[in-house]
Amino acid sequence: MGKLLHRRAWVTPYALLTPGMAWLFVFFLFPMYYLGKMALSQGLFPLFSFGWAWGNFSYAVSTYSTQFVRSLEYAGIATAVALAISYPLAYWIAFRGGRWKNLFLLLVIAPFFVTYLIRTLAWETILSDNGVVVSVLKDVHILGSDGRLLATSAAVIAGITYNFLPFMVLPLYVSLEQIDHRLIEAASDLYASRPNSFLRVTLPLSLPGVFAGVLLTFIPAAGDFINAQLLGTPQQYMIGNVIESEFLSLRDYPTAAALSFVLMGSILVLVLVFARALGTDRLTAGTAA
Amino acid sequence: MMSQGISRKVFLRRAAAGGAMLTAPGLLRAGAAFGSTAAKLPKTIVFSNWPLYIDVKKKTHPSILQFQKAHPGTTVRYLEDINDNDQFFGKIEGPLSQGQSTGRDLIVLTDSSGLPQRMIQLGWVEKWDKSAMPHVKNLIPAQQHPAWDPHRDYSLPWQSIMAGIGYDPHKVGYELDSVDKLLTDPKLKGKVTLLTQLSDTIGLVMLANGDDPAHVTKKTWDAAVARIKKAVQSGQIRQFTGNDYAPLLAKGDVWAAFAWSGDLVQLQVDHPGLKWVAPKTGAIFSTDNMLIPKGGNAYAASVLADWFYIPKIAAEVEDYVNYICPVTGADKILLKSDPAVAKNPLIFPPASLLAKLHQFDANAINNQKYKQDFQHLIGA
Repeated sequence: MGKLLHRRAWVTPYALLTPGMAWLFVFFLFPMYYLGKMALSQGLFPLFSFGWAWGNFSYAVSTYSTQFVRSLEYAGIATAVALAISYPLAYWIAFRGGRWKNLFLLLVIAPFFVTYLIRTLAWETILSDNGVVVSVLKDVHILGSDGRLLATSAAVIAGITYNFLPFMVLPLYVSLEQIDHRLIEAASDLYASRPNSFLRVTLPLSLPGVFAGVLLTFIPAAGDFINAQLLGTPQQYMIGNVIESEFLSLRDYPTAAALSFVLMGSILVLVLVFARALGTDRLTAGTAA
Repeated sequence: MMSQGISRKVFLRRAAAGGAMLTAPGLLRAGAAFGSTAAKLPKTIVFSNWPLYIDVKKKTHPSILQFQKAHPGTTVRYLEDINDNDQFFGKIEGPLSQGQSTGRDLIVLTDSSGLPQRMIQLGWVEKWDKSAMPHVKNLIPAQQHPAWDPHRDYSLPWQSIMAGIGYDPHKVGYELDSVDKLLTDPKLKGKVTLLTQLSDTIGLVMLANGDDPAHVTKKTWDAAVARIKKAVQSGQIRQFTGNDYAPLLAKGDVWAAFAWSGDLVQLQVDHPGLKWVAPKTGAIFSTDNMLIPKGGNAYAASVLADWFYIPKIAAEVEDYVNYICPVTGADKILLKSDPAVAKNPLIFPPASLLAKLHQFDANAINNQKYKQDFQHLIGA
């Protein structure tokens, strides 16, 4: 019996992998196959036919390059701002939160109990031309008398930052929380100043959290279209808005599919560059530590 | 046993109908008895419509409840799941293209989206069962023969909509009935929104250009697009919106907009200062149409659609919905029950307003090049 089990032991990992692989096949690879096929199709709705139409990609990129660049730019700025806000917050919760840590974390994710759309619509009210924020900014002359926040790039970036902030805070908190405090004490014992011990001990050990947070924020932010739709104008529309309109309004499925592939490809390249710059080996080592 | 019971009910109702025909409640009972419909109707009829587009009382829809009462054994599953023509079409296009049912018997789509025409061309809609529709004769003459469905074999108006200018007179400071001023007055810079509906936005600008939106040519199209593009680039246009301009107008973030009349009627309840006008150059008229998507129960959908053409039922719906009623006689009933609605020119437009209304070219709506131009214009 034991021998039989031993002989069949090689099956176990595959059996454990099967549900996940099946899930990926049905909900990722299968749709990707159809998306790829559609991206290389031609014709008018609803009679599309497959025909290796590589021109769809060049058309998509050349026609919508502005929205592509804008999406990456907005997502990049929002990710940087989210990191700047989240790191001190996560640090404070991890190191100073004490017995209130869970409460503070709950407060961070509390907005997630409200739907994405409602949260964004709330920003529409907060940034309203006649709202408190704009009035105060006008009073202190940061905004001109006819200035506004709503329907500007700033509003769209602020909306994206806000909506994805918990994706940055949580991985940062996890990596900071795992840091062995004795390492920081050791740095201090060895006469490292506070900034030095942060830069040489805390920051490197928290890099896996930074890496995860940046990916979790940047990737969905680049494909977002709700914030630009509700808080922006046509001048702020992102590639997500274009894909939505190509699919639903123009019903030009091949171009929409090609755009989706180009977006995925661009994000993949950026992520690989980012991972290489940060050094994945170091990150894995950091996680293991 | 069953058929005996039903025929007895029908007999009694028909006997009562003779005396009651002239009264509204009697009319309802007569509707119930018509053609022994209860025998043929399914247990459930699924009706997809837009939000806030039917009468509501304490979270129920009285017109639907009355239908169910008049047709015992049949329940109407009323869904408010259409928020946007294109998005809804995206949802049902998959099953329809595969020859599958959408799970709905009746849906409502706007003619100016080009989708009702397109669905008819693709063979994705069922024909009405006119033998089950005795009240459809009440359809107003102006709506009886649209070019894309000349005999109303596949479509029937639910409500009609006028697109014009909605604005806040206190903020604007003058009577804004000019598209010209809306697009160029520096006082309104950044305070103006236009509609994402191609036919309404382009149509209103074409009228302002002195062109005919019912016959779009490349020249008139290019002129309208160029004019809007100029306004966008100058910062005059703040956004292109669906009916989400309404809260912006109410809050004062937007001072003037290309707007739908019914939205303004509803907004005026809480913001009586807001105004809707047909521009002096003309307004655009479009209609939301009931359709039976392929696979829907044509008989059941026809009986239900016909129900809303009984003037009393139409009046009840209209009293809540406030768009333009397509049913003759509904205004006379409202004159007694709610004269303010019956006399509202935005709900029952007078001849002077009707003369200013224009429809948009049905072929241009489905022109791929125009659609692409417009999507680029609105930024996506």
